[in-house]
Amino acid sequence: MNPFSSGTRLRDMIRAIRACKTAAEERAVVRKECAAIRAAINENDQDYRHRNLAKLMFIHMLGYPTHFGQMECLKLIASPGFPEKRIGYLGLMLLLDERQEVLMLVTNSVKQDLNHTNQYIVGLALCALGNICSAEMARDLAPEVERLLQFRDPNIRKKAALCSIRIIKKVPDLAENFINPVAALLKEKHHGVLITGIQLCTDLCKVSPEALEYFRKKCTDGLVRTLRDLVNSPYAPEYDIAGITDPFLHIRLLKLLRVLGQGDADASDAMNDILAQVATKTESNKNAGNAILYECVETIMSIEDNGGLRVLAINILGRFLSNRDNNIRYVALNMLMRAITVDAQAVQRHRATILECVKDSDASIRKRALELVYLLVNESNVKPLTKELVDYLEVSDQDFKGDLTAKICSIIEKFSPEKIWYIDQMLKVLTEAGNFVKDEVWHALVVVISNASDLHGYTVRALFRALQTTAEQESLVRVAVWCIGEYGDLLVNNAGMLNVEDPITVTESDAVDVVESAIKRHASDLTTKSMALIALLKLSSRFPSCSGRIKDIVVQHKGSLVLELQQRSLEFNSIIEKHQNIRSALVERMPVLDEASFGGRRASSLPNTVSTSNGTAVKLPNGVAKSSAAPLVDLLDLSDDVPAPSSSGGDFLQDLLGVDLAPATQSGTSQAPKAGTDVLLDLLSIGSNPAQDNSVSTPDILSSAQDHKPAIASLDVLAAPSNMMDLLDGFAPAPPKPANNGPAYPSIVAFESSSLRLTFNFSKQPGNPQTTTISGTFTNLSSNVFTDFVFQAAVPKFLQLHLDPASGNSLPASGNGTITQSLKVTNSQHGKKPLVMRLRIAYKVDGKDVLEEGQINNFPRDL
Amino acid sequence: MIHFVLLISRQGKVRLTKWYSPYSQKERSKVIRELSGIVLNRGPKLCNFVEWRGHRVVYRRYAGLYFCMCIDEADNELEVLDIIHHFVEILDRYFGSVCELDLIFNFHKAYYILDEVLIAGEFQESSKRTIIRLLSTHDSMVEMAKEEATSIGNMIAQVTK
Repeated sequence: MNPFSSGTRLRDMIRAIRACKTAAEERAVVRKECAAIRAAINENDQDYRHRNLAKLMFIHMLGYPTHFGQMECLKLIASPGFPEKRIGYLGLMLLLDERQEVLMLVTNSVKQDLNHTNQYIVGLALCALGNICSAEMARDLAPEVERLLQFRDPNIRKKAALCSIRIIKKVPDLAENFINPVAALLKEKHHGVLITGIQLCTDLCKVSPEALEYFRKKCTDGLVRTLRDLVNSPYAPEYDIAGITDPFLHIRLLKLLRVLGQGDADASDAMNDILAQVATKTESNKNAGNAILYECVETIMSIEDNGGLRVLAINILGRFLSNRDNNIRYVALNMLMRAITVDAQAVQRHRATILECVKDSDASIRKRALELVYLLVNESNVKPLTKELVDYLEVSDQDFKGDLTAKICSIIEKFSPEKIWYIDQMLKVLTEAGNFVKDEVWHALVVVISNASDLHGYTVRALFRALQTTAEQESLVRVAVWCIGEYGDLLVNNAGMLNVEDPITVTESDAVDVVESAIKRHASDLTTKSMALIALLKLSSRFPSCSGRIKDIVVQHKGSLVLELQQRSLEFNSIIEKHQNIRSALVERMPVLDEASFGGRRASSLPNTVSTSNGTAVKLPNGVAKSSAAPLVDLLDLSDDVPAPSSSGGDFLQDLLGVDLAPATQSGTSQAPKAGTDVLLDLLSIGSNPAQDNSVSTPDILSSAQDHKPAIASLDVLAAPSNMMDLLDGFAPAPPKPANNGPAYPSIVAFESSSLRLTFNFSKQPGNPQTTTISGTFTNLSSNVFTDFVFQAAVPKFLQLHLDPASGNSLPASGNGTITQSLKVTNSQHGKKPLVMRLRIAYKVDGKDVLEEGQINNFPRDL
Repeated sequence: MIHFVLLISRQGKVRLTKWYSPYSQKERSKVIRELSGIVLNRGPKLCNFVEWRGHRVVYRRYAGLYFCMCIDEADNELEVLDIIHHFVEILDRYFGSVCELDLIFNFHKAYYILDEVLIAGEFQESSKRTIIRLLSTHDSMVEMAKEEATSIGNMIAQVTK
């Protein structure tokens, strides 16, 4: 016996491995086998290479590492015999993937095999190439494969066609070479070659527009004819599946026709008849028939409009939708989503069935149906649809509830016809699935409630009732607590009763009870408890009789381990006890939160996490961070020096700061807000006054705002200084500052950080438009002196930069002095490209090096 | 296109994997683990399509084996069900009433068969007869080569004795 064989045949090894009872046993067997194989490889054993590779492949399938066998594959492929090549190529495809460099070594062998006299060996090589070739191999071997597209044997032609698909996917440039051979393939009779040729043609059209044009002109009629022959062909046992001749070919043809007909009226016309024939004649009791119908419907929907065909297609989809088979329904829902863009009316007719699908037991179908329902909602059907969805919410699975809730909330928000309906539906959702409701959703609800002043009483009573039944849903508790705090007096007085309401008697102490239980609830989190504390403060003012009791409740949190609660408790307690004179002014009715700007802010703000941090980003001058429940609502609560809030809703932020900022125009809140920076923009409320003379508070706000990097970072998508610059400049995208020198070009703040500001002033010589003289001024905003101050700048190639020496290298603190430096920039693309500059500023503070970098994008356009 | 083909047993053992898109070894094991979890836990009455990571996985259970194929969103799922069935019928004809053991002990032959049905993630041949004929030609060539090898071996053994 050959000493290099491990002694076991493949079969025996497999049996041995299967007999292992534990993973450790299996590892032992595998280890032994691998050792034997490695020994055999080292000795360059010829006879059992075949068997060893087979064993190695099995071991690989079990999940063990087998890279030592990769060279064996190459050696086997290089062997002359068919069996060796066969297993060698299989090993190649199994053990290697296209990213390995070892693959390159095989290129030569493959090339020789592609030219082999034995056509089966050619087939092996084509198969391997088609499955794992890399881009370089594809480029090398493309001419061979192209030649083989015209080989005498159809099996080789079909493999060559599929191999070509991979080649053009890897190297799209080579696509043109394949156009002519493919045109010939499309005229074949052999089904295999036809199928693969059509697939190659489809992929060619996707990759190359020229190919698409060519095939559209030359081949559409031929393809239509082929399909017609196929549809009308008699029974062919070789290709028959479920009574249909070669459904695979049907489907490929339909796909190609779709690609050719899309966007082209003539091509679409040519195929109308055959599409109608397929759509009406195909039997749909077996999967094969349904697959063909599905493809047909897809094609009809994608090509140019033909009313009759479209109706036919939607009818087919309707039939699919009521099919018992889950697969068919899934596929129908999928297609209907596409069909909505084409003919929304027709899809609306199936609304009831689709709603049924939302309640299906199959998760895949439920998801599809829900998405489809969302697309179907419009003003006329929003009420019944929402009712159905909310009813279903009660019985749906936990994992589905999240999706369902999100969609329902979206629908309610987008399409609500009137406020009272909105509030009703949202209350239902909160009661049922409040824990799944995202923060921004109930924030929006609060905004709407505050705007619907005639519904305040109704809302707060409804919330009170809801809270009596379920106190489990966090968001419901929060909204309820806020409303009771705000509108507690309306609750008790039954003010503003609507006809639809039942009367309800609530005493003041009942109201306080509810809020108290919200605090005491073990499951309440920080936000809820904080909101409850504020609500209690408000109630202590609205219900003076309960003031003492409220004080007792508030005081209980004096020693809370959570800073937020402790702080609130102490401060509110002090307000209740000692500051009764201002208490009522403090907690007066909230001014109406501006819906429009809030909506705009939400629409343009970054995802979820940002909108809550939008609230936190608004800092009070004393730097207290509020985990704000309702955004902006709590701002009024803590600042002791806020005068009675003015009734002009939009400017409450301005009042909040109690700071007399430069006259803020209403443009602050009414202008279309820019993405993300809005909250801070409003905060600064600056009109067009130069930022340099900002009132003292704004740098504080900026710096304290900067302390919370995540808030800023998320607000500005790039936390680049240039965005800071936008804040200072107000709202207009490129606000001109009053220029200090050179009337034509406004000066800009080129760079601003928490400790440093650089402004540029521009001037040009009259006869030299390409050159700009820039005078840069550095101001130290911090309270430390900067020493060893060095400024560097870099510009792209089309600009030339010359820096003059700076006036000094020591920058006194707090703006007590400045450094000036002059630069000259020559723009060779003057008028075509604006100036752009990167800068780097290095200085020392207390002996420590500091480096600041930035990019200036806001040069005036015509420099 | 079909991104990969996966055959797993009811116990989660992998019987065959074929990858037509670049997945590293680590990614492959991750994919297999994830999909096994999803597919093996699906109830019997549910539809045969699972949405997974932006792709769709079409699966079908034959006795104790799940045949899974991962396709793009744009592909025709019902057709892929037929492709799976086509493959299974050819396996059946080749092995004669195929069972899981056949696929375990003759995994290399299963791969050869798959290579006649799919290349580069695309469908290759719709005629079962053609495929079976091709496979038997291959097998007879292997037989012939073996006979030649043993006969030469015999001759040499005789001479060198």
